[in-house]
Amino acid sequence: MDEVLLARMLFGSSMAFHIIFATLGVGITLMIFIAEIIRAIKKDDHYGVMAKRWTKGFAVLLGVAIPSGTIVGVMLSLLWPGYMEIVGRVIALPFQVEIFAFFLEAVFMSIYVYAADRLTNTMRIISVGLVALGATASAVLITDAHAWMNTPAGFDVVDGAITNVRPWDAVFNPSVGVTVLHVVSTAYMAGAFVIGSVAAFKLLKKNISSNEKAYHRKGLMIALIVGATMSLYTAVNGHDTAKMLYEYLPVKLAAAEGLFETQDNAPLAIFGIPDPERGEVVGGIEIPGMLSWLASGSTDGVVQGLNDFPEEYWPPLFVHTLFNVMVGIGFTLLGLSFAALFWRYVWPRKDFPKWILLLLVTGGPLAMIGIETGWIFSCTGRQPWTIYGVQLTADAATESGNLGFLFFLFVTLYATLLVLTALVLKFYFGRNPVSNDLQKADV
Amino acid sequence: MTEPYIAITIIWAFLFIYAIAGSIDFGAGFWAMYYTRKDNTEASVIANRYLSPSWEVTNVFLVLLVVALVGFFPGAASYLGTLMIMPFSLVLILLTIRGTFMIYAYSSKKYSRMLTIISGTTGLFIPALLVATLPIAIGGFMSIGEGRDYLLFDQIFSSPTLYTHVGFGLSTELFLSALLLADYSREAKSEATYLVYRRNALWLGPVTLLFAVAATITLLPEAGWMVDNMASVWYLFALSLVAFLIGYGAMFMKSNRENLGRPRLAVIMIVIQFGLASFGYGFSHMPYILYPDLTIQDAFTDPAMFRWLLVGYGVGMALLIPAFIVFWRLFMKDKRYLQAEK
Ligand code: HDD
Ligand code: HEM
Ligand code: HEM
Repeated sequence: MDEVLLARMLFGSSMAFHIIFATLGVGITLMIFIAEIIRAIKKDDHYGVMAKRWTKGFAVLLGVAIPSGTIVGVMLSLLWPGYMEIVGRVIALPFQVEIFAFFLEAVFMSIYVYAADRLTNTMRIISVGLVALGATASAVLITDAHAWMNTPAGFDVVDGAITNVRPWDAVFNPSVGVTVLHVVSTAYMAGAFVIGSVAAFKLLKKNISSNEKAYHRKGLMIALIVGATMSLYTAVNGHDTAKMLYEYLPVKLAAAEGLFETQDNAPLAIFGIPDPERGEVVGGIEIPGMLSWLASGSTDGVVQGLNDFPEEYWPPLFVHTLFNVMVGIGFTLLGLSFAALFWRYVWPRKDFPKWILLLLVTGGPLAMIGIETGWIFSCTGRQPWTIYGVQLTADAATESGNLGFLFFLFVTLYATLLVLTALVLKFYFGRNPVSNDLQKADV
Repeated sequence: MTEPYIAITIIWAFLFIYAIAGSIDFGAGFWAMYYTRKDNTEASVIANRYLSPSWEVTNVFLVLLVVALVGFFPGAASYLGTLMIMPFSLVLILLTIRGTFMIYAYSSKKYSRMLTIISGTTGLFIPALLVATLPIAIGGFMSIGEGRDYLLFDQIFSSPTLYTHVGFGLSTELFLSALLLADYSREAKSEATYLVYRRNALWLGPVTLLFAVAATITLLPEAGWMVDNMASVWYLFALSLVAFLIGYGAMFMKSNRENLGRPRLAVIMIVIQFGLASFGYGFSHMPYILYPDLTIQDAFTDPAMFRWLLVGYGVGMALLIPAFIVFWRLFMKDKRYLQAEK
C-alpha cells in the first residue's frame, strides 16, 4: 500500500484514540471544579462524593491520555519529518508552552488526589482549578498549532527555504481565536454530556434509594446546565468558524457543503452525497440561499465552489458527511439539553420520565461522535495540504518503510486499551458503588 | 558560546534530568513489582508511594525533551525520527503499556498483581532501549543516501556495543532507583526497607560501573572520531570516578541512625557522577548529532525562534518552580504522607 496513505492512517487513528481521553480530560476537570465549588457554597456533601468519584474516573482516563499523547507527540516527528522541520522553525512556541501546561496539570493532579486529606478546602479547590486550567491550556495551545496549519502565518518562503520568521505572528495566526474557542467549548460540552449520560443511566435503574436518586439528579442537573450553555455557545461560535473557512479556506468550505459551482444565493445542502459527475449533492435536503447567508451574512454573498479549484487540490468529498454529522449533533444536543431544562424548571416542572432519561443517555456518545467527526473533518478537509498552501502531505511524510506493520501494532494496542479501560472503569465502580461512598461520607 | 551550543547544552540538561528521573521512575516500578511477589510488601509499598504521585510529572520531562529537540533542532528531530522509527515506536508501545497498566493496577485490586507484573517488566526495558539508541547515533549503523535512509539492523545486533549499552541502561536504572528508594525509606523512617534497598544498591553500583566501562570500550572501535575529544576532557571522567567512589562510600559511612550509610549524600554524589560523565560524553559528541551527516549547526532552528524559546523556558520554569517546591514538600518530605499506614 502507499506509504503516505499508511502514514495518514496511522497518525489519524492515533489522534482519534488520543482525542477521546484528551477531550474528556478537559471536560471532566471542569465538572470536578464546579462540583467542588458548589460543595463549598452549599455545604452539601453529595457534591463532595461526586467530585471524588469523577476524579477517580478522570484519573483512569488521564492514565491513558498521557501515554497516548506522548505517542502522538513523538509520532509527529516519526511520521511527518518534513512538517516538523517547519514547525520547529515557525510554530514551536505553543508546543513549548504546552509543556508547562502539562506540568501544571500533572503536579496539581497529584496534589489534589494524593494530598487531599492534607489540604484545606480552599487549597483543594485551588488545586483542582489549576488542574482544569492546565487541561484547558493544553487544548488551547495544541489547537493553536492546528489553526496555524489551516491559516499559516509568521514566515516567508523564498526558494523553498523558510525565512523572516516571526514567531508571534505564527502564534496569533488569523484563525486561532475562533478555532480555540470552538475546541474548548466542545470539549466542555463533551465532558458535561458524558457525565450526564452516566447520571441519566443510573436514574433509569429500578431499585435505587431516594438518597442515591437525589445524588444522581444533582449530577445530571450540573451536566445539563453546563451542556446547554456550552451547546448554545458552540452553535454561535461554529457559525463564526464556518465564516473563517469562507474567508481563508474556501475549498474546505466548498467540500464541507458539497458546493461545486461558484454562485451567489448558494443553497445549504443537508446530508446527501456530493457527486462530482453531476456537480451537485444527490439525495440531500437543500435550503436555498442559506449557505450564502451563513457564510457571508447575506443571500447575495458569492460562495466559491469546488470547480474553482483544480481537482488535485480537492479534499475527499466524504467530509461533507462528517461536517453534517457534527453540525447535526450540535443542534440535537442543544435542543435536548434546553428541552430537558425547560421540562424540569419551567413546565411541567416534573421529574424526568423514562423517555427523557433515555434520550439523555445518548448525549455522551453523541458528543464524542461530534468530537471525532469534527476533528477528522478538519484534518481530512485540509487535504492534500498539511500546511495549507505551503506543504503538501506527501512532502511532509516520512520515507521510511514498515508502516504497515506499525499500523497493525498500534491499532491492536488502541483496541486493547479501549476494552481494558472500559472494563477497569466498570469493575472499579461496580465494586465501589455510590451507596458505599455516600455511607462513608455519612450523607 | 554560539547559539547552537547554548541550545545543545539545554537539550543535554533536559536529557540528563530525564535520564535520572526516568531511571528512578522505571526502576521504582520494577522494585514495586519485584517485592509484591516476594511478599516483602513494605518495600513495595514504599516504591509505590514514591511512584504514584510522580510518574506523570516524570513523563512530562520526556515530552519536554522531544519538544525541545523539535524547537531547537528541527533538522535533527526529523532526521532522527525517520531513522529511528522502529526503536522509538517500540519504546512508545512499551511506555503506553507500562503507564496504562500501572493505572489499571491501582484501580482493580482483584487483578492488581498481574497488572503490576506487566507494567513492572515493560517499564524495566524502556531505559535499556533508549540507551541502546546511543551507539546508533555514533555511527556505522546506517545506510544513508541510497534513496531511503535506514538502520542496518543486522550490524547493530551483531555488535557487542549494543549489548553493553543495554546492560548499562538496565543496571543504571536499577542502581539509581535502589539508591533513591533507600534514601526515601530512610526519610519514611523505615529502616528495614532501607536495608533492603541499600543491599541492592551495594551490588548494583559496581555492576553499573563495569557496564559503563565495557560500553565505552566496545564503543571506541565504532567511534574513532570521539576518542580524541574524550581524551581532551579526561578530567571530567576522572572527577566522575571520584564522585562515584565518594557516593558509593557514603553507603558505608556512619550515620545518626541505627544502620550504616548516608543515602542522601550517596544520591547526590551519584547524580553528580552521572552528570559529569554524561557531560563529558556529550561534549565529545560535538559537533555531531548524528555522525557523520548531521551537525548541530545544520540542524539548528531559526535564530528568532531560538530567542523566544529561551524566553519561554525561562518564564515557564520561573512560574513552575514554586509548584515543584510544593510538590516536593508534600510527597518527598511530609511525614504524614511518607509514614501513612497502608
Ligand atoms: C461536540 C462536538 C462538536 C459540535 C457539536 C460541533 N463541533 Fe464543530 N468542530 C468540533 C466539534 C464540534 C471540533 C472537534 O472541536 C473541531 C475539529 C477541529 C476544530 O478546530 O474543532 C470542529 C471544527 C469545526 C469546523 C472546521 C474548522 C476547521 O476546519 O478548522 C467548522 C466550520 C465547525 N466546526 C462548525 C460547527 C458548527 C456550525 C456547529 C453547529 C453547532 C458545530 N461545529 C458543532
Ligand atoms: C485538540 C486536541 C487535543 C487536546 C484537547 C489535547 C489535550 C490533552 C490533555 C488534556 C492531555 C493530558 C495532559 C496532562 O495532564 O499531561 C494531553 C496529553 C498529551 N497530548 Fe494531547 N491534546 C490534543 C491533541 C494533541 C496533539 C495533536 C498532540 C501532538 C502534538 C498532543 C500531544 C500530547 C502529549 C505529548 C501529551 C502527554 C503529556 C504528558 O506526558 O503529560 N496532543 N493532551
Ligand atoms: C485531536 C483530534 C484530531 C484528530 C482525530 C485528527 C485526525 C487526523 C486525521 C484522520 C489525519 C489524516 C488526514 C488525512 O490524511 O485524511 C490527520 C492528519 C494530521 N493531523 Fe490531525 N487530527 C487531530 C488533531 C490534530 C492537531 C491538534 C494537530 C496539530 C498539532 C494535527 C496535526 C495533523 C498532522 C500534522 C497531520 C498529518 C498531515 C496531514 O495529513 O495533513 N491533528 N489528523
